[in-house]
Amino acid sequence: MDKDINIKVKVWRQNGPKDKGYFETFPLENISQGSSFLEMLDILNENLINEGKEPVVFDHDCREGICGMCSLYINGHPHGPDEGITTCQLHMRRFNDGDTITVEPWRSAGFPIIKDLIVDRTAFDKIIQAGGYVSVNTGSAVDANAIPIPRDDAEMAMDAAACIGCGACVAACKNGSAMLFVSAKVSQLALLPQGRVEATRRAKSMVAKMDELGFGNCTNTGACEVECPKNISISNIARLNREFLKAKFQD
Amino acid sequence: MSWLIKSSIGRKFVQSISGLFLILFLLFHMSMNLVLIFNYETYNFLANEILGANWWAIIGTGVIALGFVVHVIYAIILTLQNMKARGNDRYASSSKTKTTWSSKNMFVLGLFILLFLFLHLYQMWYQMQFKELFMIEGARHDGAQLVEEVFSQLWVVIIYVIAFIALWFHLTHGFWSALHSVGWNNTVWMKRLKVLGNIISTAISLGFIIVAIAIYLGYSNLLG
Ligand code: HEM
Ligand code: SF4
Ligand code: FES
Repeated sequence: MDKDINIKVKVWRQNGPKDKGYFETFPLENISQGSSFLEMLDILNENLINEGKEPVVFDHDCREGICGMCSLYINGHPHGPDEGITTCQLHMRRFNDGDTITVEPWRSAGFPIIKDLIVDRTAFDKIIQAGGYVSVNTGSAVDANAIPIPRDDAEMAMDAAACIGCGACVAACKNGSAMLFVSAKVSQLALLPQGRVEATRRAKSMVAKMDELGFGNCTNTGACEVECPKNISISNIARLNREFLKAKFQD
Repeated sequence: MSWLIKSSIGRKFVQSISGLFLILFLLFHMSMNLVLIFNYETYNFLANEILGANWWAIIGTGVIALGFVVHVIYAIILTLQNMKARGNDRYASSSKTKTTWSSKNMFVLGLFILLFLFLHLYQMWYQMQFKELFMIEGARHDGAQLVEEVFSQLWVVIIYVIAFIALWFHLTHGFWSALHSVGWNNTVWMKRLKVLGNIISTAISLGFIIVAIAIYLGYSNLLG
């Protein structure tokens, strides 16, 4: 049964990218375990606003696990202690009366902090711009099933396409590597005939952009896979390695 | 070919190939050591006639040394870059993500192996091939006897065992990781490669350790 619990939230405060950050702890009373984690933060912010203090800044949008906007490193896990869900899908029933919950921003050189719990994830957009698309001639829409695709390939492509670009993989990685994200974005297209046309160019330019932006080298530690809210498999990383090496040896 | 140093996957490719090459070398080295358990004469024959200071053995040594140097230099580059990419800010709620210990400590494990390697080269290779090559006084041709002398000291055996335990950890992650880095993997093979990696690391480490302990306890040269 869901109860009302009293908790403390220890959140990271940082005024701007260059400012020194610090932790601030707020007690919260009578939080329903039925509320979501972000609703709990909403209540905290409402209290802060009522007290005339500055609210805690955090990212969110859809609040249903599909947009990739929410982040937060909660009690030692990106997206909190539950598996296979985003922070916005996390509920307070995962916490107990008297808990102190530590909430931090993603910490990685590739994702500099903007303010409090918000980090700059535009690096991911730049990687996508470098090649994470297919080029299609305009005109009347082509029939979706004109090209038959083996079921397994379609399934694997769909699994890779589940990546919402949240950046939890980078946040979890001891090397600040973006390989899980990039490998999902390369795989979702490389597995399909429509994506094969530009496959070599795509693998090379997305990896080049990833390196240029300062993300680390993958050591196959696998923390990304464990923390990914969409359960993206690291077998995608092997596929990216394969695509990239094939492209380079063709040169 | 500059992508082998400039791109992250290129660098991992080099690390992976050099690592796999070193595994092959260790398998060979371990097999040869096992001969010590059975017969000293055969071992000395192999060490002097097949290897020794012959031109092919010298080239072989050079290639293996090159493999090590490349592997270590890339290990340093990769590790430094990764520390930079991670940034200086640590999580206060320290990471609770479940990952294998060895995968996070490859550099420390490698350093330990490297330190051991220096001792090992001094005790064995320097006394045999190196001294013979540079006409230094006291080059040893009785490899088996030299090995026996070295392994009769308990501290050497202990360091030896610890080093190969470190190697075991290095390889249980390293083997499948290397094949992952060259792109050979998918959901089916990942499990098989991990099992194969465990078998190979155990065979290598155990093979080396058994010989050292057998010699220390006097259970070697069974036929001679
Ligand atoms: C006989 C000795 C050794 C063998 C057989 C060996 C084998 C391997 C293998 C197979 C890998 C996996 C490559 C990959 O993940 O793609 C690896 C990784 C690594 N090795 Fe070694 N290694 C040896 C010695 C060393 C030494 C002396 C160092 C020196 C410091 C070292 C440092 C590393 C590091 C840091 C990695 C991880 C690189 C990364 O994933 O980014 N190794 N090794
Ligand atoms: S791979 Fe997973 S953790 Fe990484 S960005 Fe995509 S959804 Fe987020
Ligand atoms: S807010 Fe959209 S995924 Fe969490």
